[in-house]
Amino acid sequence: MSYISKPKVAHPNLPRNTLGLTARDYEGTVSTLCAGCGHDSVTAAIVQAVFELNLEPHMLAKMSGIGCSSKTPAYFVSQSHGFNSVHGRMPSVTTGANAANRTLTYIGVSGDGDSLSIGAGQFVHAIRRNLNMCYIIENNGVYGLTKGQFSASADIGTRPKKGLPNQQEPIDPVSTALSLGATYIARSFSGDKEQLVPLIQGALLHPGFSLVDVISPCVTFNDHEGSTKSYAHTREFYHHVVDADYIAPAEEIKAAYEKGSAMSVELHDGSKIVLHKIDNDYDPTSRAAVFKYLRERFNAGEITTGLLYIDNLRKEMHDLMGNIDTPLSEYPLDKLHPGKEELKKILGRYR
Amino acid sequence: MATVNDVVIKIATVNGTGSASANGLLMKSIFRMGIPVVGKNYFPSNIQGLPTWYEIRVTGDGYQSRSNRVDVMVAMNAQTYARDLAEVSEGGWLLYDSTWPRSKLLDRDDVTVLGIPLSKMCNEHFEGARARILMKNIAYVGAVAALLDIDLDIITKLLEDTFASKPKLIGSNMEAIRMGFDYAIENFVCPLPSKVAAMNGTDGNIIIDGNTAAGLGCVFAGATVGAWYPITPSTSLMDAFRSYCLKYRVDEATGKRTYCIIQAEDELAAIGMVLGANWNGARSFTSTSGPGISLMSEFLGYGYYAEIPAVIFNVQRTGPSTGMPTRTQQSDILSCAYASHGDTKHVLLFPSDPGECFTMAQISFDLAERLQTPVMVLSDLDIGMNDWMVPEFELDESYTPDRGKVLSAEALEEMDAFYRYLDVDGDGIPYRTLPGTHPKGSYFTRGSGHTKYGAYTEDSEAYKEVVDRLLVKWETARSIVPEPEIRYSKSNAAAVISVGSSDGACKEALDQLGAQDVALNYCRMKAFPFSDAVRDFIEKHEVVYVVEQNRDAQLRTLLMLDSDVDPAKLVSLLHYDGMPLSAEFIVERALAEQSKGRAT
Repeated sequence: MSYISKPKVAHPNLPRNTLGLTARDYEGTVSTLCAGCGHDSVTAAIVQAVFELNLEPHMLAKMSGIGCSSKTPAYFVSQSHGFNSVHGRMPSVTTGANAANRTLTYIGVSGDGDSLSIGAGQFVHAIRRNLNMCYIIENNGVYGLTKGQFSASADIGTRPKKGLPNQQEPIDPVSTALSLGATYIARSFSGDKEQLVPLIQGALLHPGFSLVDVISPCVTFNDHEGSTKSYAHTREFYHHVVDADYIAPAEEIKAAYEKGSAMSVELHDGSKIVLHKIDNDYDPTSRAAVFKYLRERFNAGEITTGLLYIDNLRKEMHDLMGNIDTPLSEYPLDKLHPGKEELKKILGRYR
Repeated sequence: MATVNDVVIKIATVNGTGSASANGLLMKSIFRMGIPVVGKNYFPSNIQGLPTWYEIRVTGDGYQSRSNRVDVMVAMNAQTYARDLAEVSEGGWLLYDSTWPRSKLLDRDDVTVLGIPLSKMCNEHFEGARARILMKNIAYVGAVAALLDIDLDIITKLLEDTFASKPKLIGSNMEAIRMGFDYAIENFVCPLPSKVAAMNGTDGNIIIDGNTAAGLGCVFAGATVGAWYPITPSTSLMDAFRSYCLKYRVDEATGKRTYCIIQAEDELAAIGMVLGANWNGARSFTSTSGPGISLMSEFLGYGYYAEIPAVIFNVQRTGPSTGMPTRTQQSDILSCAYASHGDTKHVLLFPSDPGECFTMAQISFDLAERLQTPVMVLSDLDIGMNDWMVPEFELDESYTPDRGKVLSAEALEEMDAFYRYLDVDGDGIPYRTLPGTHPKGSYFTRGSGHTKYGAYTEDSEAYKEVVDRLLVKWETARSIVPEPEIRYSKSNAAAVISVGSSDGACKEALDQLGAQDVALNYCRMKAFPFSDAVRDFIEKHEVVYVVEQNRDAQLRTLLMLDSDVDPAKLVSLLHYDGMPLSAEFIVERALAEQSKGRAT
């Protein structure tokens, strides 16, 4: 992980958000990933997304596990707290952090190894709880830091740099999340920032578990011919199903959408996500229909992308439990403490 | 055998038949007569149908441990008649259900067998299979009450308290008790020579188990986030926390909850949640047992190195592996002290009874936040799930929680720059910030090599600087953890060191040995790292018996590793069969060691 901070040279004409910050203020240290790594593009998309959302940096918490993807929180928003946990355990740390303080915005960055193998259990259960967080999987089909072993998202028949093609069934994070009841599910490509940025923005604002699965090619170990997670393969088989636009609270919807193709989802802060569907028959609110559609397109070899599923009604973890809005970490102890008289009463039952 | 207020009653039943409430009724009635009692439950890892025993030791002297004796055996389980009979001490009594007479039970001529046709009586009096089984258990309470001279009025009052919300049950239960009582009075010589008599030995005391006490302690310590995975014998700790939270943790203004309990998918996740919550400023804890500690180890090392507070209650059970989940041991001492790979060590607290489970809950959160590190409270099944008579818990009104070195937004505003791992005060404890406080407070929490500024490093010197500073913090921990309890009365004597639930048996053994003119000094450890007082204590003695409940002398090993004492002085007295420790065991072993010592 890099410890080299970027020089802070603020160009006077750089655009500023409502907090008076420039996009540069949302950057982190210099990336130490390989030149051309998809993850660096995702990092850039995150920077743009939070800059445009006018998020106060210290109100964002950056969570990760272990792996190339999990290094990236060091490369964006230096003024946010970061928690680079142990392998596959980012969801549990985020669950606890969120339990203590629900007023922060949580962004978790994970990889296909971190989320679908060693951390599959925690990934699954964070979804079940509808933990309010934006969960990004930088999905490249391989283990980078240990030099190119297949991960659980590798497709059948995909070839490694050396050795035999994969024969095992891949785990698709999108259909897994759908079957588990995630309430915001998107897929995108690190090479498509225009699509990715609003998907991340929607995920950050969605009150519940938001998954953004990003195909993010590994230039060193999985970008060759025969790989189904290469830049070339992704570009060839990549299909937008539903695109999303983020519309800030006071803003008006300006773009003209083809009749019947647009659908607006209101978020809790008054902002909107406008979905525009490439296929008019696609219903991103029907779990069964989405499942069928995804499976059919997968069988046809397509990589479906966009905001594939949304459920705006299900309550997030705290609201399911009936918890107070104030962060538990800030609740005064004298109110948490039942007091001496109550202790006497309680102990009376043990006499 | 004729004794007053010194009798052991053991009840053999089948689990899942409601005998627990009958046994509780019996024990609490004796307690309410002002007589100290000890209750031990020997239960199977099973829901219904297997043998289970409950032992009530009536101890006018107020001892806390079990006794190896059984004076009155209430044999209600035909499956275990043979072993139950064998266990009765010479001159004792055995009460059994003579609906189906068993001549074999008359095999021992040093035991008086008392037959009472409980099933027959209950079948005649009550309708329905379930009621008959339940009432049979209540009926033996009546018989034992007659045999031991337990006050029937006190039993009635207790039943009224217990079933205040279901008054219908009081009548039928009293009927069954009366039935057993009357039969005993008519057919046996009541009371027996060994009996109870009202006294004033329980004022200011309660009967409670350690898990309930610890759960309650967490409520009073201001814990707000509990994350856990169910495991015997720790489950009732989080259950207790939850039940008190339901009552006491409701926000007045909104009616919403001011706590968050999460049943995790496994122990890996439970400890991750605890670290996440503490990192974010909540007092958060988990409860678990040995297998859970194994799973939590990686994160415990993270907590040590990234310096995050956490409280872990480990209610120890019998290992290794799955072991015997419903039997007790102190066999996680080493695995907790050094949980996780790399150079890692953890602060441990050792409560000796439910009273200390309550107070140490508060102490553990204060230490964890002061030291910014995981603190493990090593209770065990004996403390956690058995009924102990302890003085009513006291609250210090002036208590304010020690949240440790946490920088406020104002403090950060005035600083030029904040660095997470600088030893500003020379005590090895750096300052920390909570997310959401101030942009200047941000830092990157990581388990990978880091400098004192919090940055990633692979530089040897920068790495060493941080791990060496952690040793400074370790010495600070040594100076602030609870001091041992020391009883020093005689110089040049031998001594006993013990820990946790071994304490009660040790103190009773010291009294018994004292009566035989073997005077031993005593030190009971309350925490790890060991304070200097422990080393000084050992140095004052030629021989120190280390009493603990595991096979491998884990406490002795830890003393050798942490205290630089002469290992030759430390003689182990090890008890590890899964049953709670008794004074008899220690007396016998200590005397054997003493005579060995004289022989050489």
